[in-house]
Amino acid sequence: MIKTDIIIIGAGPTGLFAVFEAGLLKLKCHLIDSLPQPGGQCAEIYPKKPIYDIPSQPEIMAGDLVEKLMTQIQPFQPGFTLGETALKIQKQADESFVVTTDKGTQHHAPVVAIAGGLGTFEARKPKIVGLAQWENKGVDYIIRDPEKYRNQKVLIAGGGDSALDWTIVLADIAKEVTLIHRRNEFRGALDSVEKVQTLKDQNKIQLITPAEVTALNGHQELESVTVTHQGRPKPYTVDYFIPLFGLTPKLGPMADWGLEIEKNAIKVDNSLDYQTNVPGIYAIGDVNTYPGKLKLILCGFHEATLMCQSAFKRIHPEKRNVLKYTTVSGITGFDGSRKEAQKSTIKSIK
Amino acid sequence: MDIKITVIDREGVAHHLDAPTDMAMNLMEVCKAYELPVEGTCGGMAMCASCQCYILSDHELGEKNPDEEAMLSEAFHLKENSRLGCQIVMDQKLEGLKVELAPE
Repeated sequence: MIKTDIIIIGAGPTGLFAVFEAGLLKLKCHLIDSLPQPGGQCAEIYPKKPIYDIPSQPEIMAGDLVEKLMTQIQPFQPGFTLGETALKIQKQADESFVVTTDKGTQHHAPVVAIAGGLGTFEARKPKIVGLAQWENKGVDYIIRDPEKYRNQKVLIAGGGDSALDWTIVLADIAKEVTLIHRRNEFRGALDSVEKVQTLKDQNKIQLITPAEVTALNGHQELESVTVTHQGRPKPYTVDYFIPLFGLTPKLGPMADWGLEIEKNAIKVDNSLDYQTNVPGIYAIGDVNTYPGKLKLILCGFHEATLMCQSAFKRIHPEKRNVLKYTTVSGITGFDGSRKEAQKSTIKSIK
Repeated sequence: MDIKITVIDREGVAHHLDAPTDMAMNLMEVCKAYELPVEGTCGGMAMCASCQCYILSDHELGEKNPDEEAMLSEAFHLKENSRLGCQIVMDQKLEGLKVELAPE
């Protein structure tokens, strides 16, 4: 069981900044996120897009914002459970909480902060009749371990970066890789598009465009897919069909945690500390709602800061505390690092 | 000046909306402002297709930009008259626009 002071569900900008504010109060954090990397939407959906309303940053790429936040919180050594979805929150007899993920990893803390943004990212599934029955029997929506496809016949569908990137990776691993897309144009990083072009020219992969998978066939396991190209359906023998049509967020398990939900978001007390109707569970950032709520990263930072002050009182009810300014107090990391303002030198001028 | 547009929701109910043309609002944002069930997950970057709609009136909407074109090519429930609401900016020329929300 992982033990910490604050379990943060969601490693987007709000969740990451909460680590910093908690760290100033000497509280340790552990983040859980269903994505394999920190950064939430900023990392997954628009890492290369600029943001213009982060105070003091006239323009910053979403991916760079995440990187800077990771650097900023590094002294406070947060723990991460990535690629796992928080499934359950169970209140313990002593009012603390155990959060369990879909892979069974358990986390224990007196405070839970939900910074889940728009929810858990789930794969967008193509509308093919009977698709669900082949899930885990030849149909995968996310590639976790490319080795799984060694010497297998793989058909990838999609026209974005992940379809291109995995085609490139699997070209060296799988026995056969076929990439199909509904149009001739791909939307991805230019060098990925060019690499796929080269692989195609060298006959290392097969490219079929514009085409769609229109049916899946097999007995116990997937055996072939029907690809419709120029109006003509044709079967292709495959071991795996991997549709990569991006990820879409769903509130998902969060909706079942006994928290008050309004407009697909978690209701919190914004007059005080962004606590939910369950004492000890907070919701910060895009996942919460209250009168006048704005889904902005900068608002998430503010909410995270107030949440941490309240969490401190819950964890240390006996301790008096006062707000400290980092310029005055500096930052003492859990790793022993120390940052502080330079002391002024006193020297007379003769 | 506001324009009048009609948005048919996924239950088939027609909503007659006044859309401002001086706020640089797009159709997705107008729908959200009226609390219609349009998610606008990506915030308007043509990266999620949650604001896909079908254009029912014969307004001239202009060419799709490459981002919209690419996103629609991956969207589900695609029809000839599919567009992304977030790429349709409210403008006097759209007076009387009529659209239907695509299924989620």
